[in-house]
Amino acid sequence: MSKTDLISLIPLWILSSAAILIFFSVSVKRNHKWIFIITVLSFIGDFIWLITYSIRPEHQHAIEPLLVFDGFGIFNIGLILLTTLIVAMMSYAYFEQREERKEEYYILLILASLGACIMVISKHFVSLFLGLEILSVSLYALIAYLRTRGRSDEAGIKYLILAAFSSAFLLFGMALVYATTGSMEFNAIANWLNQNSNEMPLMMLAGFGLMVVGVGFKLGVVPFHMWTPDVYEGAPAPVTAFIATASKGGMVALLVRFFHALNGYQYESLVWIFASVAIASMFVGNFLALRQNNVKRILAYSSIAHLGYLLVAFLAGGKLGVEAISFYLVAYFITSLGAFGILATLSDKERDAELLEDYRGLFWSRPVTATAFSAMLLSLAGIPLTAGFIGKFYLLAAGIQSQLWLLAFILVINSVIGLYYYIKVLAVMFDKKQHEITSEQLNPLVYIMSSFTMAILTILLIWIGVNPSYMMDLIRGVI
Amino acid sequence: MILLILIIILMAGGILAGISSRWSTSLPRWISLIAVVVNFVLSINTWLDWNFRTNITDNTWILDYSMPWIQPFGISFHVALDGLSLLMLILTFFLGIFAVLISWKEIQYRVGFFHFNLLWVLAGIAGVFLTMDLFLFYFFWEVMLIPMYFLIGIWGHENRQYAAYKFFIFTQASGLLMLLSILGLYFIHGSQTGTYTFDYFKLLGTVVAPGIGLWLMLGFLAAFAVKLPVFPFHSWLPDAHSEAPTAGSLILAGLLLKTGAYGMIRFVLPLFPSAAAEIAPWAMLLGVVGILYGAVQAFSQTDFKRLVAYTSVSHMGFVILGVFAFNELAMQGVVMQMITHGISTGALFVLAGSLYERIHTRDIQQMGGFWKKIPFMGVIAMVFAMASLGLPGMGNFVAEFLTLVGSWQANPTLTILATIGLVGATAYSLRIMQKVFLGPEAKLHHELHDLSIREKLILVPMSITIIVLGVFPQFVLNTSKAPVKSVIQDNVSQPVSEVQSIEMKGGTHE
Repeated sequence: MSKTDLISLIPLWILSSAAILIFFSVSVKRNHKWIFIITVLSFIGDFIWLITYSIRPEHQHAIEPLLVFDGFGIFNIGLILLTTLIVAMMSYAYFEQREERKEEYYILLILASLGACIMVISKHFVSLFLGLEILSVSLYALIAYLRTRGRSDEAGIKYLILAAFSSAFLLFGMALVYATTGSMEFNAIANWLNQNSNEMPLMMLAGFGLMVVGVGFKLGVVPFHMWTPDVYEGAPAPVTAFIATASKGGMVALLVRFFHALNGYQYESLVWIFASVAIASMFVGNFLALRQNNVKRILAYSSIAHLGYLLVAFLAGGKLGVEAISFYLVAYFITSLGAFGILATLSDKERDAELLEDYRGLFWSRPVTATAFSAMLLSLAGIPLTAGFIGKFYLLAAGIQSQLWLLAFILVINSVIGLYYYIKVLAVMFDKKQHEITSEQLNPLVYIMSSFTMAILTILLIWIGVNPSYMMDLIRGVI
Repeated sequence: MILLILIIILMAGGILAGISSRWSTSLPRWISLIAVVVNFVLSINTWLDWNFRTNITDNTWILDYSMPWIQPFGISFHVALDGLSLLMLILTFFLGIFAVLISWKEIQYRVGFFHFNLLWVLAGIAGVFLTMDLFLFYFFWEVMLIPMYFLIGIWGHENRQYAAYKFFIFTQASGLLMLLSILGLYFIHGSQTGTYTFDYFKLLGTVVAPGIGLWLMLGFLAAFAVKLPVFPFHSWLPDAHSEAPTAGSLILAGLLLKTGAYGMIRFVLPLFPSAAAEIAPWAMLLGVVGILYGAVQAFSQTDFKRLVAYTSVSHMGFVILGVFAFNELAMQGVVMQMITHGISTGALFVLAGSLYERIHTRDIQQMGGFWKKIPFMGVIAMVFAMASLGLPGMGNFVAEFLTLVGSWQANPTLTILATIGLVGATAYSLRIMQKVFLGPEAKLHHELHDLSIREKLILVPMSITIIVLGVFPQFVLNTSKAPVKSVIQDNVSQPVSEVQSIEMKGGTHE
């Protein structure tokens, strides 16, 4: 490994050293505030390094054969770092009011983001699996972190078993591909495919099919979505935010990289698999969300549908498709973080503010919070003036450019179905009756930080919605 | 530039009104009133200015302003004004003033947020009438939707949630279909010419294969047909109109429906002339069905506001009949119908609202013999009932007459059937008068007093306007003549930009 390799890996070094540093500092003395500051500083430092050093074209290179630092990868690392930073910021207030030991949480969070970062820059099955497992193992613990809650355990066990299962599928799929092509590197597999035949051998197809199971599980798309609502509901709100964003986004980026390396669009069977997954996710996600009374579950089912929307742009392919995916991820990340963040700030000691009833009349009792939450919901619904609208517009544009009329049409129908349950939450918030909020007061500083984070997210959401050119240019620049 | 200012005044006024409710409940009302009146004066001023400045017929576009917005997609903030938009704009602010005034006493709950929504709906509507960029058009189309949802959903009557949902989902679904069509047009134009742009004037000449053209046009038509509403897509309208607060009904009937008609004239016909001609007979047929169906339904309603809502369905049938007749007379009739229907139906909703405020019911079975107690209101109601049935001397007569004369040239059979609708209109209009103001006196639990000064301030100018429009329609027809002609002859000219220096670049896609 050369010196340049080591230097390019600095974004990953920072994260791993931060985890170790926190590990040691916990063993010396438990102090929530200090651990939190270390976490935040390491993410900020890492991000600054990324945008000052790694992003420059002359510093981008591949670390053969496992990793590649290119514009797309660095963009996604940046996205994951910022997302985790925001998750950490909203976690502080959330965990401060809870009894459990708080400090190890940050170690797990940093490790999870490390795993996601490795995934988005991997170009080899081994690094892919490494990243995926670092992410998953951290998530098992994170989901079940609040041990005293019954549902937390349930969610953790559920995720553990299903994730282990899906990893096994993924591994077996990789093995089959390796047995056929003799390589585990994306480009080498693509070369083998190009040289040998246009028809994909059955064993290889089976391998890809098994891998789809593993990938589909992480993305939470139909028919591998069963865990989503339970885990979303059982996990602490900040962890749910992390699963909804960084964990899924990392997998999306990986999928895009793999599919583009292989040029998977030429294989009709693969396209059909993904198209049916997309259609099923959109319909199932939206229909199941209609009857929910739990905001976390609504958001869980809506995330299934949103991943389905995303797959439309994924299938559209081309440069516009990747742009659309990246833009949509940014918009969706901001929105999800905001929604779960607000959920976290409204939660009290005993339980999360997850029932629809908790939001009744919120607009009149806490107008600013409710306005921010409305903005998030409208963004999820894809209403103008929000980032979500431009994102959806981008997806549709990509779909139509590639003439995927059916998928675009289904996306539109589903947006309308989705609208129903977003308005349901909105209507509850604007209801005339008010819900009494009886949470005890914490140190005001804690609130200020959460409110500050939410304010930034809301402003970003609207700013990108009104003036998206900057973000579009940024994405075009790095891809 | 003034066009931009008009929209900014409304949006800023809305935010200001929302914030100012912290200090006083009357402050938001005054801020909204001032904002709308200023806009009304500005637009009237533009109109007078233009009337004196040029010979009316030689220049279609009065004002034009554009600046780049989302460069990567070739989206610009392009607003322009011609006679048609000008008329619609004046109507918007004219009714906007009354929407603020009528809410003065009626709305006591969350006054600031109400006026925020009110002004933003108006901003969205003004934007829709002005924009010449299809992306921006969709943007404003949605901007007027959300505040309207809140107006119905928060300040409406008993069944408001259901009505608000239905309104939102119908319009949003059809709007998204329009977005698909806009995108389709964008990529077809881009792949043909190499410039990817949403600019209306650049997209005008796009050659679209007939099969695809029909589908794209249907996407646009879906949005406009739901808003208008055309017969099978009207079911949101009676609920939304009857459950909305009075200002909401006034804006819905007076302005929101007109955006559908405007969209057809501005976008469907010029962008897809051949596809539009293809479906014209079917569209006219739906128009006639709407006229008759609306009239029959209106006659059998007992809820005052629901009755008036169904008259809208009937009257809007004339609009689609006229639009798809493809001649200048009918189209002029449509423009006239948009204005007069906005005023007359708006006024009927104001009357229904003020009656509801007094006797707390909208059921006309419980009304009767009000003329003796409230003669002034009776006279006003008489004026608008007559306007609604198309009595000569009222603006509505001019509109419906022109439309029918024009559509006769296109399709005599359908025109005859449409004329029957006028008989229906007579029946339901007279039924309003009969049930509410004449007949045996109803027993009331509430005190009934005549119109207050504020209400007179609303209804008297409206009555005067509707009569003036009926007697001197020519000044309106002159204003809309040039745009209507250019749509009919299929050569919409390009405006000369106010800001020449900004070169608009298209987006780029591989």
